[in-house]
Amino acid sequence: MTALLEVEDLRVAYGKIEAVKGISFSVEAGQVVTLIGTNGAGKTTTLRTLSGLLKPASGKVVFDGKPLSGVPAHKIVALGLAHSPEGRHIFPRLTIAENLQLGAFLRKDKAGIERDIQRAYDLFPILGERRKQAAGTLSGGEQQMLAMGRALMSQPKLLMLDEPSMGLSPIMMQKIMATILELKSQGTTILLVEQNAQAALSLADQGHVMEVGNIVLSGSGQDLLHDESVRKAYLGED
Amino acid sequence: MNTLPQQLANGLFLGSMYGLIAIGYTMVYGIVQLINFAHGEIFMTGGFGALTVYLLLPDGISMWVALPAMLIGGALVAVLIAVGAERFAYRPLRGAPRLAPLITAIGLSLALQQAVFNWYHVDGDAKTARVFPQLPFGPLHIGSVTVQSGDIFLIIAAPLCMAILALFVRLSRTGRAMQATAQDPDTAQLMGIDTNRIIVVAFAIGGFFAAVAGVSYGLKYGSVSYDMGFIAGLKAFTAAVLGGIGNIYGAMLGGLVLGIAEAMATAYIANIPGMQQLGGGGWASVWAFVLLILVLLFRPQGLLGERVADRA
Repeated sequence: MTALLEVEDLRVAYGKIEAVKGISFSVEAGQVVTLIGTNGAGKTTTLRTLSGLLKPASGKVVFDGKPLSGVPAHKIVALGLAHSPEGRHIFPRLTIAENLQLGAFLRKDKAGIERDIQRAYDLFPILGERRKQAAGTLSGGEQQMLAMGRALMSQPKLLMLDEPSMGLSPIMMQKIMATILELKSQGTTILLVEQNAQAALSLADQGHVMEVGNIVLSGSGQDLLHDESVRKAYLGED
Repeated sequence: MNTLPQQLANGLFLGSMYGLIAIGYTMVYGIVQLINFAHGEIFMTGGFGALTVYLLLPDGISMWVALPAMLIGGALVAVLIAVGAERFAYRPLRGAPRLAPLITAIGLSLALQQAVFNWYHVDGDAKTARVFPQLPFGPLHIGSVTVQSGDIFLIIAAPLCMAILALFVRLSRTGRAMQATAQDPDTAQLMGIDTNRIIVVAFAIGGFFAAVAGVSYGLKYGSVSYDMGFIAGLKAFTAAVLGGIGNIYGAMLGGLVLGIAEAMATAYIANIPGMQQLGGGGWASVWAFVLLILVLLFRPQGLLGERVADRA
């Protein structure tokens, strides 16, 4: 069986500076895979390359059997790869409902879109209560919910979440992680980028540790969670 | 003649024309953060496109038949030039330092001026202004206000175009995509929006509005000239900044405020003791740009401008 997403020797550079230096990993359908690592490890660069916002210097990405090289970002979404970007990037001057509708920009099934918007409100009731409000007025955690809900609106085969817990209060962070767990139990395939290694590894099937553009360690979420070097470097134990 | 209602009306007509042109500046800026300084020339080519269509039509044709054809011709020329400029002059420079597309815009503006100048120069007619056909009815008198036929066209066309644009941006799928692209272009792509297409649409709408303004100018002043886009373009740019650049309602409002301020200043400043020399039409542009400087000093985001903070 071939994986849903296969990344082979991917290299990405900003000018002369190589941010991703030849990484390979794959994501099987139904799995939650996480990339962890510190700031500047190349995690966000990897996701932005997968969704087509950045062009790789070399390497191969195959998604759902199709090579992604040269495919523009707006066509990659159509293939079923959704990306909830770092820093949330909701559309601040549009309402919550309009943000969600934009997530379904490429869909034509009006009834299905309405149903999925309702599902987003069920998943995050606060969004339903504030549906007519400009998204820029939401708190950080609420914006994160909106960004996730919006990414789900495209009915993705693979959902990429970049730092969903960034800048959130511990309570809000728990809520977001619980939602990811819920999505996982519903069978959503997720590629999760996190600095919060503890939270990410405890719900991931597979984990990869990135350091300055390379994957330095891979394993199951549980294995990495108990790996001594990971505990020292990322979980704050000595 | 010089009554207050008349001056207000004059300002309103002039301002409507500024507003139509300002739409093109503000839409393009809102989406690609580019000041298209060739936009004044796109307005000019719209006027000349319409004139060319008129000259191709049989002599003595009724303006009621000719005007729709002229509008279509002018719009076609202006939209093609606007979209062509985006495709061949600005798109290759996307991601380049901001100065590069700015210089390109100035170059394009000169090229268009000279092209039209030469094109309309050849038939032995060395005059720079070309006579533009007029609507076949005299001025209307509403109370103490006299409305010229060209102004009647403006006062119908400008609000109509604005209303259609507002509905388009709010309600259509492409309009929603334009709003998303203006607020966050990268994320818009993640939604599946082809932002290149949206940029083309913004240039095309700007070109269309400029053409309507170009025809209005011809009807209003009775002539068009190759250099009419320079001052009109600067004024419209001022209007766009005044209203809050990036905001389509701001562009129209800014146009009206600027037009009315210009008319008022022209008519009344000379009445202020000691300022007799500063009134009259020759000073109109001075007061328009004084207004721009004041706005930039005290309300740099413009009348309806959004604060920059929520772009983060």
